[in-house]
Amino acid sequence: MTSIGATVKEPGSSKNYKTGSWRTFKPILDKEKCIDCENCILFCPEGCINKDYDIDYDYCKGCGICAEECPVKAIKMERE
Amino acid sequence: MEIPEEEFLAPGHRACAGCGATIGVRLALKMLGENTVAVSATGCLEVITTPYPETAWKIPWIHVAFENAAAVASGVERALKSQGKSDVNVVAFAGDGGTADIGLQALSGAMERGHNIIYICYDNEAYMNTGVQRSGATPYGASTTTSPHGKESFGEDKPKKNIPMIMAAHGVPYVATASISYPEDFMNKVKKAKETDGPAYIHLHQPCTTGWGYDPSKTIELGRLAVETGSWILYEIVDGEFKVTYRPMQRKPVNVYLESQKRFKHLADEEKERIQNYVDQICAELKI
Repeated sequence: MTSIGATVKEPGSSKNYKTGSWRTFKPILDKEKCIDCENCILFCPEGCINKDYDIDYDYCKGCGICAEECPVKAIKMERE
Repeated sequence: MEIPEEEFLAPGHRACAGCGATIGVRLALKMLGENTVAVSATGCLEVITTPYPETAWKIPWIHVAFENAAAVASGVERALKSQGKSDVNVVAFAGDGGTADIGLQALSGAMERGHNIIYICYDNEAYMNTGVQRSGATPYGASTTTSPHGKESFGEDKPKKNIPMIMAAHGVPYVATASISYPEDFMNKVKKAKETDGPAYIHLHQPCTTGWGYDPSKTIELGRLAVETGSWILYEIVDGEFKVTYRPMQRKPVNVYLESQKRFKHLADEEKERIQNYVDQICAELKI
């Protein structure tokens, strides 16, 4: 079959591009304070916080939504 | 509500830090699952998720043009149907420009024909991808590059076009409004849209750090303020039955919402009052 237009055959290949270098402020989570509410996981525009609340700094752009939405202030934004 | 862990939008996409659109898409795809084909109109989402030769999508995705997301989705749905694949979700994501202005006729046609598709409009209230030009969904008073404020103008002088109600007027089985700041409400609506036999339309309100002018960390807070002030109302219309799905405990003054964004900073008390009166009127009708 002829393909018309551009095709990308590797799903999710944008992961090859690390956006972590965009960051000025880095979120640091204090897991002792974390109450497992999932707010940061749900609201992350990159989807780069996993179920164990590990933040993937390869992609985190440092927007700070996680820190802002944490109900117990367990995430601090620190300058890189 | 049990929220699926799996992600169908990969990181590395080129959205601005604090982007609201990608949050909306991530949440929607969690509910739709891997058995889904996505269609995008031209817009922020298309540009940031598919920087050729890369893609952030982990499910089949297609983009054709600005104006025809709903027509492409219709075609995909019919093709799947003719192949006997009835268990695949077809979802279209288009911005407010691709929905309220450029894609409106294609969308109206798809709704009229009754395709079994889910259409999600991610509404950031202007053409953000090309540099914040006004759209039909830009709210009254907002300053954009094509509705700038100044000596002669207070910004956008027309009210926001009511697209969800235009969709409802098509008599489709499911229409809803949602906000990324109320994820359970939104995901619940996506689930209902998925289960709907026929066209489903969800209008997702989504703050934009670049176009609205606020700190990227405030994206969720801004969306919440829109709802808590009554500036954006969460409702659904199931088979013609209208229901408000979230009522703020105590409605905040619209000023709180307006003053936290650069696009409304210039407004004089007179215009702010006009906006408050407009919101009051709608909320009184809906008993919010």
